[in-house]
Parts: sequence; C-alpha cells; structure tokens
Amino acid sequence: MQSTLSQPQTAALPTKTENISGSQAVLEALIAEGIKTIFGYPGGAIMPIYDALYDYRDKLDHILVRHEQGGIHAAQGYARTSGDVGVVFATSGPGATNLVTGLADAMIDSTPIVAITGQVFAHLLGTDAFQETDVINITTPVTKWNYQVTDATEIPSVLAKAFYIARSGRPGPVLIDITKNAQIQKFDYEGYLPCTHIRSYRPKPLVRKEYVEQAAKLINEAKKPFVIFGQGVILGKAEKEFLKFIEKAGIPTAWTILGMSAIPTNHPLAVGMLGMHGNYGPNVLTNECDVLIAIGMRFDDRVTGRLDKYAKQAKVIHFDIDPSEIDKNVKTTVPVWGDCKETLPLLTSLIEQKVYPQWLQRFREFEAEEKETCIHPEMNPETAILSMGEVIKVLNTLTNGDAIIVTDVGQHQMVACRYAQYNQSKSNVTSGGLGTMGFALPAAIGAKYGDPGRTVVAVIGDGGFQMTLQELGTIMQCGVDIKILILNNEFLGMVRQWQQLFNDRRYSFVDIQSPDFVMVAKGYGIAGQKVSERENLEQALQTMLDHNGTYLLEVMVGKENNVFPMVPQGCSVSEIRLK
Amino acid sequence: MSKQEFTITVYTENQIGLLNRIAIMFSRRKINVESLNTSPSEVEGIHRFTIVIHEIEEVVKKLVRQIEKQVEVLKAYYNNNEELIWQEMALYKVPTDEIAEKVKVERLLREFGARAVVIRKDYTVFETTGHREETDKLIKVLEPYGLIEFVRSARVAIIKASSGFHEKLREFEQHEPSEQVIENEFLDKQEEVFTM
Repeated sequence: MQSTLSQPQTAALPTKTENISGSQAVLEALIAEGIKTIFGYPGGAIMPIYDALYDYRDKLDHILVRHEQGGIHAAQGYARTSGDVGVVFATSGPGATNLVTGLADAMIDSTPIVAITGQVFAHLLGTDAFQETDVINITTPVTKWNYQVTDATEIPSVLAKAFYIARSGRPGPVLIDITKNAQIQKFDYEGYLPCTHIRSYRPKPLVRKEYVEQAAKLINEAKKPFVIFGQGVILGKAEKEFLKFIEKAGIPTAWTILGMSAIPTNHPLAVGMLGMHGNYGPNVLTNECDVLIAIGMRFDDRVTGRLDKYAKQAKVIHFDIDPSEIDKNVKTTVPVWGDCKETLPLLTSLIEQKVYPQWLQRFREFEAEEKETCIHPEMNPETAILSMGEVIKVLNTLTNGDAIIVTDVGQHQMVACRYAQYNQSKSNVTSGGLGTMGFALPAAIGAKYGDPGRTVVAVIGDGGFQMTLQELGTIMQCGVDIKILILNNEFLGMVRQWQQLFNDRRYSFVDIQSPDFVMVAKGYGIAGQKVSERENLEQALQTMLDHNGTYLLEVMVGKENNVFPMVPQGCSVSEIRLK
Repeated sequence: MSKQEFTITVYTENQIGLLNRIAIMFSRRKINVESLNTSPSEVEGIHRFTIVIHEIEEVVKKLVRQIEKQVEVLKAYYNNNEELIWQEMALYKVPTDEIAEKVKVERLLREFGARAVVIRKDYTVFETTGHREETDKLIKVLEPYGLIEFVRSARVAIIKASSGFHEKLREFEQHEPSEQVIENEFLDKQEEVFTM
C-alpha cells in the first residue's frame, strides 16, 4: 500500500508491437496511469480480465470486496484521500447495476472514478443474454462519460480517455463497459499513450483577467465581505493558494461540508460550516454580508435554504471551473470561470491587504450564542447518557485533529462534521450531495488505501452501518487497519428528528433494531467493544486508536437527541433555529 | 418571463449513445421535446442536433450549459424564432378518387406550395415544406376528403447570425483553449448568437 499521486506516464513503450489480449491492455493502462489498488468483484463477464490480473498480482493490488457497492464506495474513499482516480471492477448485469449508487454519489460529489465492467459477448448484446444489462444507458445520467468497448484495439485509447476525463476539469465518474470478446481478443499492442486533449471537451477554461479584476475591485471596496468555499479548493489542489488569498484579504471564511478540512478548522479566519446544520454565524451573516465570494462550491439547496431569500443584499462573486454552475442557483454579479489554482493567485495579487475586526467580531458573537445554546449542552450533557458531540470532542483530543474522518449519512454525520477538528486537507470523507447511507464503511477502507500513513476513523450510525456491514469481510481478508466508531442511538435519527419536529412525533418506522455489533465484528475476527458510560469513553476511544488493526467501538448515545442549529426546509438561512 | 419556443442547436461528435445522453437532460427536467432532428452539419464528421422546446429562457439557458458540458458535445446554442430560418416538411396521403373529383388539385398545389410526390390509383401523397401553421392549414383542407396518413418532420433550422462551425472546430482542435473558444455570454453581451 503506497500512496503516490500518479501522473499518467507513457508506459515503457515496447520497441516492437506485442500481441496481447484486451484484458492485458486494460491492466497495462492502469499501471501506466499509476494505479496501484483496484477494488472489485469478479463474475462471468469479467473473467478474462481477472484471469489476466492473476499474472499482474505483483504490480496491482486487488481488494476483493463483498458487494460491488462496497467496491465503488471504497474507490471513492481512495480517490478522496489520495487526490487521484479510484478504480473499481465489476461484472455485467447485477455487478454493474450494483455500482449505480456509487456512480451517482461520485457524480454529485465530483469524485474521479474509473469503473470497468464486464459485458456479455458483443454478438449477444440485446438478446437478454445471461447477466446482460444495458449498463451504458442505465449509467448515462450518473457518469461524466461512459463507453462500451466491443473491440480490443480500442482499449488503450478508450482507457486513456477515461482517465483523462475522470481527473480533469470538474472530476467525475467514468464507466467503461467491455464485452467479453474484446477482453479475450488478441491484438498488436503499440504501448499506452495518455490522453491530453479531446476536441469536444475543454476541461480548463482560459482565465479571463478582466473578470478577476472586477472581482478584486468588488473585494477591495467591500465593507463586509464573506468567503464561502467548497470541495473545488481540494479538487483543484489549491489549498495553499486559497489560504494566501484569505489571509491577505482578511475575510471571514466558511466551508461547505465537502470543502471541510481544506483549511485548518482552527484557522483565525475560519467561522465554521455552512448549511442546514452548519454554524449559526455563517448562515445568518450570509444575509448580511455585502460581497459574497463563493469558491469551488455549487450553492446546493442544503447550503442556501430558501433561494429567494438567500444573500439578496450581496454582490456575488462565483469562482468555478464548471460554467454550468455559474448562475445555476444563485445569480452571480461577477463570475470567474476557471481553475481556482490559477485564478486565486491572480486575485490575491490584485487585492489589498486588509482586516475586518468588527465584521469578524459579528461572527464571533453568533458563535458565542451558538456555543451557549447548542454546543455547550451537546459537549456537556446534564444526563448520564452520552451525546454524539462529546464522543467527537474526545476523539479530537486523542487524535489531535490528525485523523481522516469518514462519515456515513444522518445525525452522526452532521455532528461529526460540526465538531471534528482538522489540521490537514483531504481529511473529511463524506457522502455530501447524494447522502448515501452505507457509504462510510467501504469508503473508509478505500480512504486508508488512499493515504495509508494516516489514521482513518469511520464514524457511522447504527442504521447506515447495517446497509454495508458485509464489508467487514473485506477488512478481515485484506487486513486493512481502520477504526469503526458506531454512534448508536437506536433510531434512524435524522428522520426521527424531522418526525419529531415536523410530523408531531409520529415516529413512523424509525425505531431500527440492531444486532450485537461487537459480536458481529468478532465473527469477522475484528476486535471491539461497546460503551455507554462517560467514564469509560476516553479509555475506549484510546483502545480503539491504539489497537493494531481494525477495531469496532460501539458507543450508545442519547436516543432522542437532536442536531441543532437547523435551517428547516423551505426557510431562509437567517431563520436558522438554535433549538 | 413567459414560455416561448426555443430552438437548441447542438454540434456534436458522431457517437453512439449521445442521443440518449442529450434526450435524458430534457426528461430529467420534465421538459417535453416538441421536435428533434439529428443530421450532418456543415463540417464533415460533426453532427448537428436541432431540438425545439417550449420553455422560459432562464431554463433554456441553464439546460444549454448542461448540454454543452457533455464530453462529446462541441457547442450548443439556443435561439428564439426571430433569430432563425426554419422549415418543417409534411406528407399527406389522401384517396386519389376523392381528391381528384372534389378538389381543384391545381389550386391546392399552388396555394399551399405543395407537391404531389406519388399519384396512384388508390392514393396520392402531397408534400409541403414550411412553418407549422402552413403545414397545419393543408391538413384542414384535406381532412374533409379523408386524410389517410399524415406525418410531419422535425424542425431544421439555420441560425441567422451564425457564421458556421468550420472556424470554431479549428479552435477546438488546438490543444490550448483560445480566447475565441472561451468567449462567454458574460463578456459578449453584444453578440447575437448565444454562446458560452
């Protein structure tokens, strides 16, 4: 397991052409693209590729997952922590359809993935052959690009295109479906040539200086500017450029859930997380700032709340690499279309060094109020029952903010993202746009392979864990070391919270029962324990972190605790509720 | 902003599956496609989609950006009817007896600019080309005589202000994006053709 940011290289070009199979060409392409780890599951239609893989065992690490959904989530976790492309293999039919959730997740969260699926023989296409499914048409809306290969000679160029498309511009998932005959077919291989240009695809727009100049002018004239940023900063590998910008500009800065960890959470200009369960100040003051500078984020409805009451008073500057995001949800005053790694230094050179002590103080006042009303009670519950927040607090202390935290979806996700502390980028892995329960366990496996030197803690609810707990088998077999922290409130907590607040406590099918998670883990040879008392919490977390290998810690937390603050659906960000 | 007819012109690579990729962008947003035509374009190897929808401009603008984002799409434009020259073709099959006896065929042909494509003992096929209203009018006239079959083609349209795609394609084939390619609506307010 080694993490290196791979750049596509021309593979050692054979001086003469070689006669190889389509399957070998697939594996040669992966090696040339710097891929070391594949997550996958074999099956009939992808058998030739797996047969070839047998001879590539020393060059390519294949992690056998327990379900293709686990495979693609692991590839996503790998992509998110390594900053490179995640690769997943699956067979035709059910193997391919099991990838769909992960593709949709990667699509909406802009995660670079290359998924390779086997397909029935080309002559059987459209005949309802065994395990045939029209995977290209099924996956069209959830892939950045997809393509069906029926002839082996196409494989090198198609895979080169796939990697180029997945990782360039706004990244995303690409699916390549390869018919079995193409996998078997031998052809004269002339080496691998990485793709650097497709005439119909322009991932990187030319930066227009006049727009950066207009943005700088607005920023220099602003009295109450506010920076909000998303994952674009991380995907663009522009963390340093971003820090230089905000530090010179002196502007209070908030992140979206996917932008989190791009800057240290304790940065003096950091004012917290945006959105439905984000922090009080950044939500309310979005409707008070005079210039809103959005960088690499897409104004998701969970961030904006009610759009017709969102930042109406502000001039909006929007930095994005994807032109279709400009004006999609929020009308922009100055759009800066481009790669923020290029546009931010330009902007920084044009702005004045400034500070806004009074304006920043406004954020701190809201923060104080939030601390008193929400954060303090969450961190110091009056009852003997543990809260999710205090678990994260202890985890922060023990990991020093150095761990990668992978979360599932629901209350624990919001609590973890609200309270986790981060010192370095690519530390927060979560399913943001799609909200895929079951994401965390497999994604954590991939996250560890993506950045093996770091501690990976998967924070998961009792509901989500049961969606993909079969991946414990993957952990058992590959021996990966992750820390599984289940925050068990014996409910599907987020839905229950909404039912309590908006459906008169009609708790409709949210009281989920769980097996003995520690015993389940034990069945897979994974150590673990369960705690419910405060005095045992710190020691239990320490044991989990110190354990050599994967460890499962189940923490029983308050059944009917709610996540606050909250911007109720259909409300404006300034109508955020503290309780 | 009220709904009106917009014609979307999309220049694409000739690739299997692209029709679906474009079609689902409309259905995802529950937008009915009034007409869709795919054809070669002025440039060899480049396909041209002509799609007509009834929508508000704000929606069309966003949709066109999403279409243009697709990997195999080179360029997408949208135009209202004033910015276009367009035609649709219609075919009408009527019983020859009826039509020869009761209608002054010659007047019909002249008035509607129709042509007789086939004349057989049992039926005659007329053809007209024009705007929707024009092709519709001939239906009204023929209906009383027993219109056996009617079919109308999708709209094909030429953008008045467009100077064609040859120049743009040359730019696209360059490795580095040039200013011409990256022209965008925010900068080119004066340009009549919508372009990003």
